[in-house]
Amino acid sequence: MRKRARILVPLLAAALAAAACSGGGATPPSQGAGPPPGNPGNPGSLPRNETLYTTGTQWGPPAHFNPIREGDHATGTKGLVYETLFHYDPNTAKLVPWLAESGSWTSDTVYEAKIRSGVTWSDGKPLTAKDVAFSYGLGKIETISFHNLYDWLKSVEAVDDRTVRFTFSKANYQEWDFNLYSRVIVPEHIWAGRSEEEVLNGANDKPVGSGAYAYQSHDQDRVVYVRRDDWWGRSALGKEPRPRYIVDVATPSNEVAMGMLLQKGLDLSNNFLPGVANLVKGNFGITTFYDQPPYMLSANTAWLVPNTTRKPMDDPAFRRALAASVDTKKIVEGVYGNLVKVASPTGLLPQWDQFVDQSVVGAAGFAFDTAKARRTLADAGYRDRDGDGLVENKDGSKIKLTLIVPTGWTDWMEAARTIATSAKAAGIDVTPDFPDFNALVEKRSKGDFDLLVNNERQLSNTPWTYYDYVFQLPVNKTQNTVNFGRYENQRAWKLVQQLNQVRTDDVAGMKTVISQIQRIHLDEMPIIPLWYNGLWAQSSVATWKNWPSAAQGAPKSAPVLWRHWLELGGFETLTQIQPAGS
Amino acid sequence: MRHYFGRKLLVYALTFVVAVTVNWMIPRFMPGDPVAGMLARTGVSQPAAVEAMRVYYTDLFGFDRPLWEQYAGFWATLLRGDFGISIWLFPTPVSTVILRAVPYTLALMIPAVLLSWWAGNRLGAYAARRRLLDNTVLPVGYVLTAMPYMWLAVLLAWGLGVVAGWFPVAGGYAFSLQPALTGEFLLSLLHHWVLPFLSLFLVALGGWAIGMRNMIIYELESDYATYLAALGAPSRLIRRYAFRNAVLPQITGLALQLGVLVAGALVTEIVFSYPGLGSLILKAIQNQDFFLLQGTFMFIVVGVLVANFVIDLVYVVVDPRTRAGMAGAQA
Repeated sequence: MRKRARILVPLLAAALAAAACSGGGATPPSQGAGPPPGNPGNPGSLPRNETLYTTGTQWGPPAHFNPIREGDHATGTKGLVYETLFHYDPNTAKLVPWLAESGSWTSDTVYEAKIRSGVTWSDGKPLTAKDVAFSYGLGKIETISFHNLYDWLKSVEAVDDRTVRFTFSKANYQEWDFNLYSRVIVPEHIWAGRSEEEVLNGANDKPVGSGAYAYQSHDQDRVVYVRRDDWWGRSALGKEPRPRYIVDVATPSNEVAMGMLLQKGLDLSNNFLPGVANLVKGNFGITTFYDQPPYMLSANTAWLVPNTTRKPMDDPAFRRALAASVDTKKIVEGVYGNLVKVASPTGLLPQWDQFVDQSVVGAAGFAFDTAKARRTLADAGYRDRDGDGLVENKDGSKIKLTLIVPTGWTDWMEAARTIATSAKAAGIDVTPDFPDFNALVEKRSKGDFDLLVNNERQLSNTPWTYYDYVFQLPVNKTQNTVNFGRYENQRAWKLVQQLNQVRTDDVAGMKTVISQIQRIHLDEMPIIPLWYNGLWAQSSVATWKNWPSAAQGAPKSAPVLWRHWLELGGFETLTQIQPAGS
Repeated sequence: MRHYFGRKLLVYALTFVVAVTVNWMIPRFMPGDPVAGMLARTGVSQPAAVEAMRVYYTDLFGFDRPLWEQYAGFWATLLRGDFGISIWLFPTPVSTVILRAVPYTLALMIPAVLLSWWAGNRLGAYAARRRLLDNTVLPVGYVLTAMPYMWLAVLLAWGLGVVAGWFPVAGGYAFSLQPALTGEFLLSLLHHWVLPFLSLFLVALGGWAIGMRNMIIYELESDYATYLAALGAPSRLIRRYAFRNAVLPQITGLALQLGVLVAGALVTEIVFSYPGLGSLILKAIQNQDFFLLQGTFMFIVVGVLVANFVIDLVYVVVDPRTRAGMAGAQA
């Protein structure tokens, strides 16, 4: 006994010591835990009633605070720390002046933006037109995400301290408005000294922005922002975000977010939480935008994308039959429990409802109708020759299609199974397959697939972004972001480009072009709209109230902190919520 | 003695080389292209820009070089302690990512493994002698070991976290705190540590207890125990000998446990949203982050080897037969 103890004790002691050291060592060194300049350090804990806890954007450790890397920066880098010239309000369909006080086309191809005076960076230096010109100038870097702007933007110059002039070779009015609220403005005095490499790939771990919040600290599972009390918007906009601190938590799974929400440790969860309807109906202090189906606003459209370079998906009749065969209602009810909505045949989001040409939809729209799908197939020459209940190609060869969605995306996997079952009922042999996400991305970009589900276009200021996604030409060897189905239709693409050049205030003009595009879309079915994915937002009313909702008198802005959504209403939500105690 | 350790070290060195090679190979044989995934995330649409970015990143990560060159380069950087840049958490270096996660994993796993081993052995040894304990501890042990870990963890998180509200369900420390050497922060660390620790501890405990109980019974019925008893030795002495014999296989088991320490925490860290290595491994695989995967695997390989080496040392101390064997080899 004595001897064993002699061995075990040092062993345990060593282990405990190691544990103690590592526990203490959990503090990441040099990762700026110190308070930002101008803010009295708060070594104690953040006051609960002044702190907003959010989650749902970040799935892993925040990697960087570089707003130029728009796809993977830490939550809030763009929107809380860095700002854009405008915001966009999807409810009024108008740009909201932000860093720019106003902006207008002074001629057909010249746009001038007036920058607000009195805007300062968090290091105290003023934000001027030069910073704006510099930030847009970064687009000249060939590998920056908005380099294509320079296909039609000739030059950017700061005319004086407050005026920026953009001169275009071709004025893409729709796309320009999109850029106005998407491109971030960075301080020239800090960024000008950086190499291209640093601009594109730097971590920018001490971000200096113009926004209402300043970076305070981060760790593997969180980012903490603190409100800037000298933020320009307080006087210029008369707006003030209510939470003094925002902590964005990285949750590895939706279940964890659900648990935290129920513990009241989380105020806003932008996760997809299946079954949240029960929480809303029960007395759990959790609210969503609507208190009945679909509970959420819509964020994007989920499409079934056929590879139009393969037989028989190259045949519009076959694609139309496929569209009619999908029982989307079953997906909405069975898979999502009514958290999403069946999409309009055009796929245009509810916020774009005014652009849906009902006469076109009435004439060419589709709906779930197995019998009609069978008829369409038969009329086009796809018949069941061997009596197995499934149709064959026109030349008699078997049709065997594979529908791919990423493994682990359980809702989509279930949806894919539903699609396959309902397609089979109409006589089309579809088998779902679940490759790894990266493997899927590779197949998708090379065009090495039959069918897939995609939703990679969000709500924006214009349906142009939607149709750009559907029809963009030319089709390249790799298609990374748009037109995965490799659909080629010169006429449609011309119309989309034409739409881009319609002024954004010319709604009637937009409608005329969009109606023609819609007709092509519905006749040709290059992409099959299925359902509208939700703007997942569950909020707890324990600490903050007055969350956006459909109820009368409640704010109507988008209650999300997802990347790109802070400019679409997410930030406004922060100014609308109120402490629950007040 | 030197011969014994020399041979051991050689085996470890060989194992290391093979493990590192496998470690390098596996991610590269997974389907899919990591750069494509990364580009998809950036949302760049223009073909020219996409192509430029692809070339840039492919070159940055060295995927365009011949495989043998990548392999040689891998060793070269590895020996310098450089694991490259994470693809998933670009532009964070892999070593930074791992170093931030390691303390949490170790602080969770080492106490969980060692304490459960210690407590399990004690409990098992007692259970072997007391019928009452045998009838209570053992069934509980069986249930704990047989229970799917995931389920137990979720139950704990739900019961003690959400329903009872005693423990937080996510994070390494309170989300309202900043790391500092204050009592409040340390308490918070501990508070967040309890649930994940408890889940690991409980599950391992049952297994150790059952193993120990069976071993003790076996040893007590062996010839030397009977002989000792016949000689009139006190049963306390017999039990001590039995325990020392029975603990040897348990030590081997412990070595294996320590080895898979890192990987073992994967589910725990996801269920409790605990910021350790396990969840990194999963994400690295999902995002085809070769470098992060290599880094974490390397950590596991080194962990297994070190744990085994330590156990080799422990064996020499606890088992006189090993020492005798070494003496024999030298003679």
